[in-house]
Amino acid sequence: MSEVVHVTDSNFESEILNSDIPAMVDFWAEWCGPCKMVGPIIEELAKEYKGRIKIAKLNVDQNRDTPARYGIRNIPTMIFFKAGKAVDTVIGAYPKSFLEERLKALL
Amino acid sequence: MPELLIIGGGPAGLTAGLYAARAKLDCLLLERLSPGGQVLTTNWVENYPGFPGGIGGFDLMDRMRTQAEEFGLKILSEEVKLIRPETDAIFVQGDSKDYRVRAVILAMGASPKKLNIPGETELTGKGVSYCATCDGFFFRDQEVAVIGGGDTAIEEALFLTRFASKVYVIHRRDRLRAIRILQERALANEKITFMWNRIPLEIKGDNTVEGIVLRDLIEGKSSELRVQGVFVFIGYSPNTDILKGIVELDEQGFVITNEEMETSQRGIYAAGDIRSKSLRQISTAVGDGAVAAYSALRYLEGY
Repeated sequence: MSEVVHVTDSNFESEILNSDIPAMVDFWAEWCGPCKMVGPIIEELAKEYKGRIKIAKLNVDQNRDTPARYGIRNIPTMIFFKAGKAVDTVIGAYPKSFLEERLKALL
Repeated sequence: MPELLIIGGGPAGLTAGLYAARAKLDCLLLERLSPGGQVLTTNWVENYPGFPGGIGGFDLMDRMRTQAEEFGLKILSEEVKLIRPETDAIFVQGDSKDYRVRAVILAMGASPKKLNIPGETELTGKGVSYCATCDGFFFRDQEVAVIGGGDTAIEEALFLTRFASKVYVIHRRDRLRAIRILQERALANEKITFMWNRIPLEIKGDNTVEGIVLRDLIEGKSSELRVQGVFVFIGYSPNTDILKGIVELDEQGFVITNEEMETSQRGIYAAGDIRSKSLRQISTAVGDGAVAAYSALRYLEGY
């Protein structure tokens, strides 16, 4: 079972901004090949960081407001949130070890 | 420990993996992300034989991966940090594990080349992009510039017309290098405007791309073009940083091989876009991958 939280424009605030623990949101879309290359990595990270960092995905095709609010113009983009604030951003597809370093900085 | 490591999971690596696994070679494929490679940035592939009408980039790579796995190819998510030939083995350092193997096939491919002009790095993710399939969607009803005149540049310019209101193709020469069928489609597309004999000097904008400064090579003058997006397709640079001093590279950093895909280092082979060659396509990568696996097999079996 996937541990990834699928967030939308309507629950972004409650799930991410008001989250008790830090969060990472993967902005993706079905038509984005590189997004699919990081997909399995996101799934693995969600399992490994369960309870410590909320790992979420937001489909930019179905949710237009949140990507616009964060000025997203490239996907995949990962935004890292702590206490309701975007504290770090990674643009593009990167290996697991690279994303893990960013995640560890949130803890 | 496997006998053969394949590094990279694009068409070359997956084909090498298919041939090696089918030959019952003890082999492992390492991929830094998930398999697929650069093809995944392509929306539609229409020049790979066997698929009349074309096939989606993701679909094609999913099939290549499935086919290799049917013969037992193991694929691991691992980024290779270092390769070092030793007396009796080749040492490969991954980000989670070290390997000592007898043979390696290098199939790490290439990455889009950067312009290396002011504003490019700062505005990447803010309007500068190297993947139209991924990012075209964000430029609905906006004006964008495409830099380049080759097949990829023209294909991507055509793709961008689905979203953008206007696509400027900026090319340093007065004619395209792209194949004729693409040229004809682009010239017939009302949304595409060609700007010949121009090179980009700077990408402007604070938090998002606002324009691009171009130099007219004929008139010698510079001017700014107002665009909200800049898509760069000026060729590829090889992913060979970790190979310097290990195998012989050409002036641009691509791996030099012979027709058997042998590099200058015994037991190390190269296949696909990473190789020094004239045509970098899925079809040529696939051919390289098959030859590299065959050569590695012969080497491992002591021929």
